[in-house]
Amino acid sequence: MFDSLSGRLERLSTSLRSRGRLSDADLEEALAEVRAALLEADVELTVVRAFLDAVRERVRGENVAQSLTPGQHVIKAVHDQLVEVLGGSALKVTYASKPPTVVLLAGLQGAGKTTTAAKLAQWFKQQGRQPYLVGTDLQRPAAVEQLRVLASQIGVEVYSDTTDPVSVARAGVAEAQRLGRDVVIIDTAGRLAIDEALMAEVRSISAETAPHYTFLVIDAVTGQDAVHTARAFHDSLELSGIIVTKLDYDARGGAVLSARGVVGRPVVFASTGEKLADFDLFHPDRMASRILGMGDIMSLIEQAERTMDPETMAASAQKMMSGAFTLDDFMAQLNQIRKMGSLGGLMRLMPGMTKEMRTAAANVDDGELNKIEAIIHSMTPRERRDPNLIDGSRRSRIAKGSGSSVTAVNQLLKQFDQMKKMMRQMGGGGMPQLPGGMGKMAQMAARGAAARGDAVPPGFEALASGMKSAAPANASTGGPKGKKKKGGRVTPPKQR
Amino acid sequence: MIVLWIVLALMVVVGLALAVRSRRRRSRIIVAPEREAMPEVLVTQAAPRPELDDGPGLDRRLASSRSIFDRVRSITSAGSLSPEQLDVVEEVLLRSDVGVATTTALLEELRTNGAPDGVATAIRTALLDSLSADRSVRTSADDGRVPVWLFVGVNGVGKTTTIGKLAWRETQAGRSVVLAAGDTFRAAASDQLQLWADRTGADIVRADEGADPGSVIHDALGRARARSADLVLADTAGRRANNTNLLDELAKIRRVADRDPGQVVETFMVLDATTGQNALSQAQEFLAAANVTGIVLTKLDGTARGGIVVAIERELGIPVKFVGVGERAKDLLAFEPVAFVDSLLSA
Repeated sequence: MFDSLSGRLERLSTSLRSRGRLSDADLEEALAEVRAALLEADVELTVVRAFLDAVRERVRGENVAQSLTPGQHVIKAVHDQLVEVLGGSALKVTYASKPPTVVLLAGLQGAGKTTTAAKLAQWFKQQGRQPYLVGTDLQRPAAVEQLRVLASQIGVEVYSDTTDPVSVARAGVAEAQRLGRDVVIIDTAGRLAIDEALMAEVRSISAETAPHYTFLVIDAVTGQDAVHTARAFHDSLELSGIIVTKLDYDARGGAVLSARGVVGRPVVFASTGEKLADFDLFHPDRMASRILGMGDIMSLIEQAERTMDPETMAASAQKMMSGAFTLDDFMAQLNQIRKMGSLGGLMRLMPGMTKEMRTAAANVDDGELNKIEAIIHSMTPRERRDPNLIDGSRRSRIAKGSGSSVTAVNQLLKQFDQMKKMMRQMGGGGMPQLPGGMGKMAQMAARGAAARGDAVPPGFEALASGMKSAAPANASTGGPKGKKKKGGRVTPPKQR
Repeated sequence: MIVLWIVLALMVVVGLALAVRSRRRRSRIIVAPEREAMPEVLVTQAAPRPELDDGPGLDRRLASSRSIFDRVRSITSAGSLSPEQLDVVEEVLLRSDVGVATTTALLEELRTNGAPDGVATAIRTALLDSLSADRSVRTSADDGRVPVWLFVGVNGVGKTTTIGKLAWRETQAGRSVVLAAGDTFRAAASDQLQLWADRTGADIVRADEGADPGSVIHDALGRARARSADLVLADTAGRRANNTNLLDELAKIRRVADRDPGQVVETFMVLDATTGQNALSQAQEFLAAANVTGIVLTKLDGTARGGIVVAIERELGIPVKFVGVGERAKDLLAFEPVAFVDSLLSA
């Protein structure tokens, strides 16, 4: 498991810490761990071998930086190699000088082409383009219907006909031109790479429409077969890039590495959920951090910057530090965070999460937030400013007003109090004693933010100091956290 | 109230990160990133990475692995196995998605048992031993109840198509079938099933998109009883296997389908043969949520071998019952362990 890979390598290295350089035997032992982790993540065997060779070269070729233990040195080499294999920096999508820009999607059955077509159309729309969809999947029953339904949700038109896929594609592009659309996305039927007739068909669609971009849509949970598929499609169509779907199933996504490794084309987009908005450009460096369990603090901050009101954020950050944080501020922040997206999704981007925390986060019901809001809304403005006022009778009034229980009110107040304490500590310059691995997270976040633009990959530097405290921090996570989770989930929603 | 901790963690991390950044660059105001101006030219892609670019290397390696295995297979020497032989066996198993843990376990078995009739026979036997569960398919329920086959799985594995094919198979066998279009989430999923119903002559109960899947299945049971149909095939929306809410919904759907007059006699997890190690966690979660009784392995007509089902059967005891090998209605076969193992080893 990648989740534990950085941990395992780190543990391995504690025994070698005194030495300045890795011995060959130590290196091989570390690489064996990497190999198992890669294979568990479904990276194809040949790609794994090439990967290990490259890491070996890196470790031997570079001088060990003074600040790194040998284990961290291996992790860094693995991280760098992951970034390189995944495609360096993100691909910039550009547009044809003579519109429309034609995008062709191809892939196996069930990879998610139709949904991806709609998501891609929405993405282009957000870029200020006028996309047009062409449905050439006349094979799967109701595939065009599915495309139409999705397209209507985002207000994009669909062209299709019942003739044959090649004519539909040709006519679709001509129609887009007539309507003055500048991006045409052609959805094709799913096909097996070994199906000669169907591969010939998609080749003639490609020949007819001369796409500027040809993307292979590939399922993140694909196993060893990813290379065969990627290679066969690349041979037939000359891919310009890869779109990986269902990355929310399994963050490891070894298929991405395999496909990328074998066709040498970048992964351009990634789809991370069922909603049409769960789609964005793919960032290799962030994926590498995520694979190694280092979180993706940059995406989190970007998302925050996109959706949050910077002044509100800055103001409440100042308040947090100074300790003058009230329940009103808490509400304001809560609303800002809710704008960023689902809690589960956000938590996936957090660095330093243990596996248990990830699982817990994936199951968080955003409706719980409504309950918290209801409780706070049931307080008077004065109570919100000064929660110490809230005595027994006020508590039961608040509980009644919000349709929750006194216990829930107590819990909220207690946790808010703890929060305030931590924030004060933070403001005082020291790292707070957060429960679980959260202290580590905060530490990583700070450094991750600070490291942006530096040569050190985001989060990596923090790994060094974070890891030392990882073991005890995680151990303490299991107990109280597990209980809390249970307590929270068995509470029936309509408890009076 | 774990949600509070999560909110707290998010606030602390985001707040801190933003604070650190604003402190570092006080002069710079944080604004939402502007849409980057796109040059109106089409550029070619980043150069392929030479060190991992396949070139002829991958082909050669694949070809050589094939020939090595042929060679090893032809060795019929008795007794212990050479490390080289074990390496080849390992490679073949890993390449067919059997998985690291199961491969290691099988190799351990090989090491202890040796290979009296050659390594190919030994690994074949070991694999067949792993696939020895009962594969019978239940088509009848208790007296007075309607047998239900429930289909579960992640998105895009071919649940709806599988139901269409099984509807064809069962109607051909002379049974009257009612289809329950329980995938009310995916756009046009009901339309897709409707086309299968038209093709096979099966009855279908469907509802609007976004309707409660349980109620669709409940209605289908009513219809099946009223027309004394022999079998209900119930579709469900594809769902990820790592989300408790979606799994809880599935458990609820199963309870509805299992309530009188219905009785769930088979719960099939539909699995795409191209899936890798994630399939094991899928099986685990669906087993817990919906008591899966069998697997339908689809898309086996491609290059994928679907070796992960070996791990699933060994670890969870869920047998494969059907395999999908094409797009036509009749391209669904009963699972044959011998043919499957031979295809794994010919990889």
